Amino acid sequence: MSSEAGSPQDAGVGGSLLGAEYENMLRCIRCGLCLSVCPTYQLTLLEEESPRGRIAMARAATEGYLPLTPDFVRHEESCLLCEACTAICPAGVRMEELGVAVRATLAAQAPRRGWRARLAQRLGFWLLGDVGRLRRLLTLLRLYQRSGLQALARRSGILRVLGLADTEVYLPRLEAAFLVPQGQTWEPHGPARGRVALFAGCVMSTAFAETDRATARVLAANGVRVEAPAGQGCCGALHAHGGDRAAARALARQNVAAFEAGGHDAVVVNAAGCGAMLKEYGHLLADDPAWAERAAAFAGRVRDFTEYLAALGPAPAPGRVAATVTYQDPCHLAHAQRVRRQPRALLGQVPGLRLVELAESDLCCGSAGVYNLTHPDTAAQLQARKLDNVAATGAPVVVTANPGCLLQLQAGAARRGQRVQVRHIADVLDEAYRAAPEQAARDDGAGAAVPAEETAHAR
Amino acid sequence: MLADAVRAELQTIVGAGYVHGGPAQRIAYSYDGTFQQQPPDLAVSPRTTDEVSRILALAHAHGIPVVPRGASSGLAGGTIPLAGGIVLNLARMNRILEVSPADGVAVVEPGVITARLQAEVERYGLFYPPDPASLSQSSLGGNVSTNAGGPRCLKYGATKDYVRGLTVVLADGRVLRPGGRVLKQSTGYQLTQLFVGSEGTLGVVTEIILRLVPLPRERSTAQAIFPALEQAVEAVTAILTAGLLPTALEVMDATTIGLVEDHMAIGLPRAADAVLILEADGNDAAAVQAEIERMGAIARECGASDVRVAADAAARAALWEARRAISPALGRARPNKLGEDIVVPRSQIVAMVRRVRAISAEVGLPIPVFGHAGDGNLHPNILFDRRLPGELERVERAATAIFRAAIELGGTLSGEHGVGSLKREFMNDSLGEEAVWAMRAIKDALDPKGILNPGKLFPTRAGSLDGWLAALPTLEGVTPG
Repeated sequence: MSSEAGSPQDAGVGGSLLGAEYENMLRCIRCGLCLSVCPTYQLTLLEEESPRGRIAMARAATEGYLPLTPDFVRHEESCLLCEACTAICPAGVRMEELGVAVRATLAAQAPRRGWRARLAQRLGFWLLGDVGRLRRLLTLLRLYQRSGLQALARRSGILRVLGLADTEVYLPRLEAAFLVPQGQTWEPHGPARGRVALFAGCVMSTAFAETDRATARVLAANGVRVEAPAGQGCCGALHAHGGDRAAARALARQNVAAFEAGGHDAVVVNAAGCGAMLKEYGHLLADDPAWAERAAAFAGRVRDFTEYLAALGPAPAPGRVAATVTYQDPCHLAHAQRVRRQPRALLGQVPGLRLVELAESDLCCGSAGVYNLTHPDTAAQLQARKLDNVAATGAPVVVTANPGCLLQLQAGAARRGQRVQVRHIADVLDEAYRAAPEQAARDDGAGAAVPAEETAHAR
Repeated sequence: MLADAVRAELQTIVGAGYVHGGPAQRIAYSYDGTFQQQPPDLAVSPRTTDEVSRILALAHAHGIPVVPRGASSGLAGGTIPLAGGIVLNLARMNRILEVSPADGVAVVEPGVITARLQAEVERYGLFYPPDPASLSQSSLGGNVSTNAGGPRCLKYGATKDYVRGLTVVLADGRVLRPGGRVLKQSTGYQLTQLFVGSEGTLGVVTEIILRLVPLPRERSTAQAIFPALEQAVEAVTAILTAGLLPTALEVMDATTIGLVEDHMAIGLPRAADAVLILEADGNDAAAVQAEIERMGAIARECGASDVRVAADAAARAALWEARRAISPALGRARPNKLGEDIVVPRSQIVAMVRRVRAISAEVGLPIPVFGHAGDGNLHPNILFDRRLPGELERVERAATAIFRAAIELGGTLSGEHGVGSLKREFMNDSLGEEAVWAMRAIKDALDPKGILNPGKLFPTRAGSLDGWLAALPTLEGVTPG
């Protein structure tokens, strides 16, 4: 582990931010194994688009041989932070930590991108910094979808005129009821086997609120008491990856505090990107004496939903999901959290479900946070490659475990008219667990309204 | 620095997006798998033999150095642009042009990754045996240029035994096609072999015709643990003189075991003095099983305290993964490592390892030894931290002593990594001045201006070798921008 001890936040080249990652950089022995798994290298076959190249460039900058030139910025920022390199690195380089430090350095001093990308990023940070703000905006967007305005905008070509056509397709169909974490609980069916806190996530609790509920229902069906603590916010991953480390640290403190009470066995999260970030809080706050220990303790309790359920040992599902599905590994689950086996095992035990493997299943789909907005060309190439691989399996359903991947695959499939259903694993498992006759009756019609077993405890 | 007209012409040849001359981009083409670093003036990424030919004609006309490169995973400094100039990134030339079961060949471009070709030909029931530890990232062009080996060399031979034909662009842009698809050829000089192991000093390989053999259907792997290294080496000799030809016999010494366990914890026995990995292959499962058991029995007779046969494909893969992880794992012990690649006669392995232990004690640096016991090809890795004062001198002393010991014991400098810049000063000692003279005569005939990979293979010093390691380039002295 590289140490951040005592390092201030505001330094640059050769200074503390990159300097704190120096030992991390020195681990690279330049064997080149990372080239074999890096999406940007595989697309370009150029060394400057490889992890080894990015480390060498960052190291040269840290050592003072290279200023922050435009080509440095371009090749460092084109990294998806997908962590495929970290997962395969035999020498133990941690690329995401390095990438975050590089971006924070660039945010502080490099020549920046054009105004549109900058504005979009600032807007994104501002929105995600406060989930309440996000919910209010999304309510307006829901109105845009429901009122017929969306159909009109798409038909009229105004989106193309505004340069928003490519971005707008990522807008998911917004749920009727957001999941606002305020201490509500889902009581376990049968004898209690566990007690967890649900990290609801900003995109998950709004655009995919029903998947959050499905996650809680599946856990409850497995004898786990689920609580959604109030006071939690966005995980901060987009801020950290975008170079706003200060905002990421503020969000981390907020979340650590929100999940401290309650004596939960685990903090369960169903968004791979958020989970990877939550598990990094120990590192992110390592140099903050007031928070370092609390953050490390929190990070140690975080589990991906599939990781938790597989370790618990899933109860036999009463229902069936008669479908052939394939599974795409979210980078931040497979690489960052090393969770590959568990989602497959859980899908494998669903009655009626046939799982077929996906070629290049763990090659990034191009979503990578806001990468599809900042680097649309590379993202589109990766999206097409992924959807081609999905098509080759013949499976009509692709399952994944991260909102970014869901949006990326849905948008891509819609754009090219590919008939494939993109589902979150929690929704597939929910179908299997809720399909029990007596249970189905209870849950029917609960989709849009607050589900029967979700009881709010205002705190 | 290159003239603007040359840059413009290069852009015309490969397209603007494939000339990489930015300050950061030059850093990306400045290194290989060693600690050396020297940025080129620029890199270009051609896609065809014709583009390579035009680039070389241009470079030749202007006397600009050209250094070809595949994945730059090499361990001898072979792709470091010591004199600046143009780095030729051949990674984009990565098509498998043909797999012909009828002729028993594959035709590939140099950027194809070794493991990818192996996976592709296996679909036809065919086998491309050379297996350098870097096979997931190394390119076949690099394999040809260094005559790469790997554990399976013991039974199947090295890259040179699989190269049937080449397309080579010479220094002035001329295109040569030595060899071909045929198995036998007694038509003049074996020019194909001349380019194998030439490390980009004679020409740029742009197409390779590789021989394929039938894929053995069965394989069995075992791990044997020895309380003393001598016993392990004795077992190797006993196995190879008992009428057995294993696919591989790999050894790691106690220092390697300890360091790999310190940093990766893959479950090697720390108490052991040596571990052998043994493998047998063939088409008959029972015969392969009998062979591995016989090898295990011999190992026990020689003193192995434990012999375990991998139960299934996954266990076998885990053994080989552990073996391939050794080199990178050693990188966790110290920031820098110098991986050597000496070969000694099998009868001298014990003597060589003892010499390495003495050298390690004398200079005070850890030098784990592992490698291919069956063919006497050992990898002593000198571990160090370049930032410490006096460290480089100690490394140089150790490396020099290791080279000299290998030569004294009847061996040579490199079994599979190549010479590059790292071993060039020891070529006269290893091959004799006449052989080096003959090599230089060939080099001068084919590359009279000396533009192809200058500074590699040939010794640069006449008198004392003192300071040869420190003379190799690192980033110090490179001006930003």
